[in-house]
Amino acid sequence: MTAPGPAIAPEVGTELPPLSVRVTRADLVRYAGASGDFNPIHWSDRTAAAVGLPGVIAHGMLTMALAGRLVSNWVGDPGAIRSYGVRFTRPVVVPDDDEGALIEISGKVSALTDTGPGERIAKITITAAFEGKSVLGRAVAEVAVPPS
Amino acid sequence: MPDASFVGKALPPTAPYRVGREKVREFALAIGEGASVCRDVEAARAAGYPDVVAPPTFAVTFTMPAIEAFLRDPAFGWDYSRMVHGDQSITLHRPIHGGDDLVTTIHVDDLKTRAGSHMLNLRCEVADTDGAAVATTRLLLVTAAEAGS
Repeated sequence: MTAPGPAIAPEVGTELPPLSVRVTRADLVRYAGASGDFNPIHWSDRTAAAVGLPGVIAHGMLTMALAGRLVSNWVGDPGAIRSYGVRFTRPVVVPDDDEGALIEISGKVSALTDTGPGERIAKITITAAFEGKSVLGRAVAEVAVPPS
Repeated sequence: MPDASFVGKALPPTAPYRVGREKVREFALAIGEGASVCRDVEAARAAGYPDVVAPPTFAVTFTMPAIEAFLRDPAFGWDYSRMVHGDQSITLHRPIHGGDDLVTTIHVDDLKTRAGSHMLNLRCEVADTDGAAVATTRLLLVTAAEAGS
């Protein structure tokens, strides 16, 4: 069950097309509603300051989801992703302006495994950076890719 | 102080959560996921899915409320206000799609306390209403040490 996506011929070391995503306060509000995570550190400057944060921060799960798009864009089908894990290492501070915060996402194929007739799993090692610093650690996705 | 006697235990399964087609679309829009199988039923069916496909991290939207209910239960004794999300992983045994009815069982895998900071490892086993495994999510939650501890 894989939707027709771009023709990909992954090899170990193949770099995925990078992705830059701008996150504004409006995006945080939209994600709060869609995900049900209404923690006020993601929309209230007052609450963020009270708990010692430098400002309102993006939901870690939003950053994780945005970084996951690197992989779904590449294979063309989010349903092909078999596993995805991250550590949250640094918050993404989102200012109350039109620019928001820029997250730069890249990744490459770090392993390829034949898992059965006509199926291979590609392990993708992902990096996500904000202001030049990594915000996700050990970010790895496993995704079904066409057989060689 | 969280109650370590919960470690190794599973909580009672949740009531089934119905994965709504519009909820999947709303979630895909919120994360900027443009894949047609997430938004268009016909595209999803053409690709072999019964209905729109949920992006992988969608699983956390229905497991998190069950986790929050557990963490806010005074019987467990977790300081919810001082919590940060340390890590998260999601394994999909099959894609989640619109129309799924999913039951979550939370397992308390580990609890460590170091220098007044608590580290809690939870695992959610997500199954359909026939008991077939759909997803496994794992997360680490951390509470900062209280001042002076």
